[in-house]
Amino acid sequence: MNENLFASFITPMMFGLPLVTLIVLFPSLLFPTSNRLVNNRLISLQQWMLQLVSKQMMSIHNTKGQTWALMLMSLILFIGSTNLLGLLPHSFTPTTQLSMNLGMAIPLWAGAVITGFRNKTKASLAHFLPQGTPTPLIPMLVIIETISLLIQPVALAVRLTANITAGHLLIHLIGGATLALMSINTTTALITFIILILLTVLEFAVAMIQAYVFTLLVSLYLHDNT
Amino acid sequence: SQDSKMASVVPLKEKKLLEVKLGELPSWILMRDFTPSGIAGAFQRGYYRYYNKYVNVKKGSIAGLSMVLAAYVFLNYCRSYKELKHERLRKYH
Repeated sequence: MNENLFASFITPMMFGLPLVTLIVLFPSLLFPTSNRLVNNRLISLQQWMLQLVSKQMMSIHNTKGQTWALMLMSLILFIGSTNLLGLLPHSFTPTTQLSMNLGMAIPLWAGAVITGFRNKTKASLAHFLPQGTPTPLIPMLVIIETISLLIQPVALAVRLTANITAGHLLIHLIGGATLALMSINTTTALITFIILILLTVLEFAVAMIQAYVFTLLVSLYLHDNT
Repeated sequence: SQDSKMASVVPLKEKKLLEVKLGELPSWILMRDFTPSGIAGAFQRGYYRYYNKYVNVKKGSIAGLSMVLAAYVFLNYCRSYKELKHERLRKYH
């Protein structure tokens, strides 16, 4: 049981060839492009959703920050679709791999911070000291603010990895428990099955919320720095 | 009569699969374009055939998307069959 539990998180390879590349590229198949004014239902739904999300998320930014709109919208679409596809049976979720989430978080955070340092150096450095601190506390507070800044990309990546991995593990465990309990005591198995259904509904929500949170935080770091 | 006989014979390379006779099948397969651009073209043709039939229509239904997801689930099952084999409810594995 122990080996099987984590078997679904192994990077899929086939005969030494990276199958994971195909799996990462698969969500792009589900978002077709079109140059028409009036599209088919799939594209119309996706465009409506994208407009809703982009208006809500990019309205807080100034002109310079709004140049990141394409990047942030692609980010939320990618993380959302990858997480939702991972809820299908037997599928592999790339966002459970810390390596990939670090690869997304570090460049985006670094881009926002470096933009802030290059264009508004004084204001970016001023972030390290909140207004109105008593003088003796200043050195310690600068250290604390620096640490809290440097930990932002790590927190972004680990938050996403941990949430999605924990959800998948719980589904595996409770599903296995339901199956094992069916031959022992059917009523308990039924209760466990209801818990499984509630958990799956939660996982659908978590999949979308985590995408939103990741993108929102990147957007906030950007707002601080533009 | 000689000209009409020549004009009605379609060369083997351009026949579609359902028009190829059984005896000609091996040579038909060998004559297909297996270059990278040929394979890419085959995938592109297949994608647009599916897309234009089920998704890019006036009243597309959920079936267009569901069939793709069902195929995805099936392919992932095939990929992980080796590990799933051991989880069957059998006395001897």
